[in-house]
Amino acid sequence: MSETLESAIRDISQACGNDRSRMMDIVEAVQAKYGCVSGEAMDLIAKQVSTHRVEVESVVSFYAFLSEQPKGKVVIRLCDDIIDEMKGSESVAEAFKQELGIDFGETTPDGVITLEKTPCIGMCDQAPAALINNEIITYLSSDLAREIVRKLKKNPDPKKLVGRLGDGNNASHLVHSMVHNNIRLAGEVIFSEMAPGAGLKNALALNPQEVIRDVKTARLRGRGGAGFPTGMKWDFTRQATGDKKYVLCNADEGEPGTFKDRVILTEKSDLMFEGMAIAGYAIGADTGIVYLRGEYAYLRPLLEDVLARRRNDNLLGNDVMGKKGFNFDIRIQMGAGAYICGEETALISSCEGLRGDPKNRPPFPAQKGYLGCPTVVNNVETFCKVARILEHGPGWFAKMGSEGSSGTKLLSISGDCAKPGVYEVPFGIKVREVLDLCDAEDTAAVQVGGPSGQMIGMNQFGDSICYEHLATGGSVMVFNSTRDVLTIARKFMEFFVEESCGFCTPCRVGNVLLKEKLDDIIEGKGKSGDLDYLESLGATIKAASRCGLGQTSPNPILTTIKNFRSVYEAKIAAGKVEEGFQPTFDIHAALQTAEGIAGRKSVHA
Amino acid sequence: MSNTITFTIDGVEVTGQPGQTIMEAADAAGIYIPRLCALEELSPHGSCRVCTVMVNGRPQAACTQPIADGMVVENDTEQILAIRRDIIDMLFVEGNHFCMFCEKSGNCELQALAYRFGIAAPRFPYLFPKRDIDATHPDIFIDRNRCILCGRCVRASRDIDGKNVFEFVGRGFEKRVAVNAEANLADTDAAATDEAVNVCPTGALLKKRVGYAVPVGQRKYDHKPIGSEIEKK
Ligand SMILES: Cc1cc2nc3c(=O)[nH]c(=O)nc-3n(C[C@H](O)[C@H](O)[C@H](O)COP(=O)(O)O)c2cc1C
Ligand code: SF4
Ligand code: FES
Ligand code: FES
Repeated sequence: MSETLESAIRDISQACGNDRSRMMDIVEAVQAKYGCVSGEAMDLIAKQVSTHRVEVESVVSFYAFLSEQPKGKVVIRLCDDIIDEMKGSESVAEAFKQELGIDFGETTPDGVITLEKTPCIGMCDQAPAALINNEIITYLSSDLAREIVRKLKKNPDPKKLVGRLGDGNNASHLVHSMVHNNIRLAGEVIFSEMAPGAGLKNALALNPQEVIRDVKTARLRGRGGAGFPTGMKWDFTRQATGDKKYVLCNADEGEPGTFKDRVILTEKSDLMFEGMAIAGYAIGADTGIVYLRGEYAYLRPLLEDVLARRRNDNLLGNDVMGKKGFNFDIRIQMGAGAYICGEETALISSCEGLRGDPKNRPPFPAQKGYLGCPTVVNNVETFCKVARILEHGPGWFAKMGSEGSSGTKLLSISGDCAKPGVYEVPFGIKVREVLDLCDAEDTAAVQVGGPSGQMIGMNQFGDSICYEHLATGGSVMVFNSTRDVLTIARKFMEFFVEESCGFCTPCRVGNVLLKEKLDDIIEGKGKSGDLDYLESLGATIKAASRCGLGQTSPNPILTTIKNFRSVYEAKIAAGKVEEGFQPTFDIHAALQTAEGIAGRKSVHA
Repeated sequence: MSNTITFTIDGVEVTGQPGQTIMEAADAAGIYIPRLCALEELSPHGSCRVCTVMVNGRPQAACTQPIADGMVVENDTEQILAIRRDIIDMLFVEGNHFCMFCEKSGNCELQALAYRFGIAAPRFPYLFPKRDIDATHPDIFIDRNRCILCGRCVRASRDIDGKNVFEFVGRGFEKRVAVNAEANLADTDAAATDEAVNVCPTGALLKKRVGYAVPVGQRKYDHKPIGSEIEKK
């Protein structure tokens, strides 16, 4: 056994050129083959790529999809998102537990099936959903969960679980998944017909500066959330000194409630690859990397196929489209379950085979990014927009949308509405119009921009979605009047606690403290002063955290206090047993451990 | 391009060289900016965030932010002090710190910072995590209850000792310092002469048998507050 592990790791490492920076590929391959990266495997990998064992452990222990402890041949990961919960994931969870006879975080005694929860897998429009190895199961019910377990017990091959196939490319043999695109509103930028090469051809007829000029004239801003002007970013990278430069595409799509990139990857990856090639030409890069979240591994064969076709058609490779000296190719880097890796410097760390820790800035990626080289990182949708801008001209694009936010935006809409799915809308659209589009009724709150964005109430439904007012990377979650905003905020805080990289103090510790206080309030143990406590603690976390995660993670609490203060106040008032006495300390709970050890109940408590 | 950079800290004009961080320039000017993960001999880490200052109105870590001409830095304001106090509090409640029984007491930078900030008790509830101790090594021990994840040992072992004995594992609240072995420090090539063992700001990484070589009362921060060594310059 040991000998085969040794030779397997030698082969895997050699296939990656024994390159330490390809650590993600190596440990992912070992995990896939053995269900874990054991201590012995870590030693062998370290030897093979000339690093230290603890460095390998450091990487493996960071990512949710990698583990030192053996996992089952089949890993069921139930999506643990607020939307899934609203659609009944709790009864699905119960069914899985009962049928398997294990709890979450456990593996069946025969070592075949592991049951876990995972944050948003990007299927909120077809929730509840689960990831079973690489297969996606949508519209789960407790009956379906039981059936899945019975089937897996007979034949532990998740591929056999895929039921009726979804629409579009989801039904192709390369994807073969149940996932639905749910494209509800196809706008003219992303979802209109495309002829591969149309945008690229126009770009190659210009010089790189002119390409960047066009992107600037279109006033394109990043679609991943932060909204940085794309042309400016490219200009910085083009001007930065370095022989080698890189184009990175952020397909990590981890913000809960966002799934529009998944639909682009399924139906319009050509457009994205084209935008990446244009970026490569503009900044002088010959390599592109798509960082694809582990949850979307099922799309990889399709993407590889599109890449192969583009190579074949000389849309990638040497002298692209006959342009002498312009060489550009793209590879796919798989993530392994870490929201933070969507943050651009953490994404770079992960591509370099490291823990997904964000990096200190400056230097910015445009100066020193992937492997220390000038690097452009853009979102999937941003690259698509670039391809269209070069195809139809910047004026065409800038005419759409609003003054400060040109063009269209893909929204991923989920929650309490009749038509969840993907909508391509012009920037500047009002929340109320969006709610009408998706047939939402009795809406009481909308989370715009995912947990890191803001929860707004009815008095803001007249505001418009754009960079200047309500910014969003695409996530729009709709909640009707039966939902409790505090429970939703708690769910989001659990997410941030789970996903903090832990590098900096305010985010690592502060979010835990925020969540504990919110727990107290929800449990009726709130007291006056708690809201000030939450607000001042939240302010510290936002101000002092090192990256965008901690700088936005208090938002679920801060924006619900701002817009739904009365809900908090009512909860705190209702929890008061009597004036002057609030039961914040539970003596029975505190004594439990000691009583367990002593084997008897405490006399006084 | 001129060779000196001029900027202000709390209204005081400070000059520095291109490439210097705010902290480096402030140190040279005798202005103390509190810190825990930064140490002169190590590359900046930017993790503790105790050095947070306002730079042109935006929060930045002084230990990683390069200086620039005309920069306006705020270091000693009520807003900044409140942030730092919160962070120090967080570090206390995140671990299990019992200063009164700790052999590092008086030499501990965390404890000294708490004194400098007048913190008698943290305003946050203790989280009481379960943390491991490693006393396997003949000359060194690790008490993770006192670890504040500053990464000094990681950097010193890697960059000064050339050994990579320590590294972070896990993420978020589960993050901790691990050693380059299956489990125990004894199985690494760590030695008491390593710089990594000297740099720990708290009592998390200590040499054995010398805990009380300097008696309490005669220790580094027993008489002068932390930072005074910089301010007296
Ligand atoms: C915690 C965190 C997670 C992020 N996740 C994503 C993501 O999944 N996809 C994305 O495109 N941008 C994400 N971002 C934003 C990126 O850091 C970066 O701004 C973006 O990829 C730049 O591309 P753009 O300018 O085209 O939007 C995230 C940022 C943070 C702080
Ligand atoms: S804010 Fe800090 S701890 Fe949180 S993810 Fe960013 S670097 Fe990591
Ligand atoms: S001293 Fe600057 S972040 Fe720790
Ligand atoms: S007194 Fe600070 S760690 Fe012991």
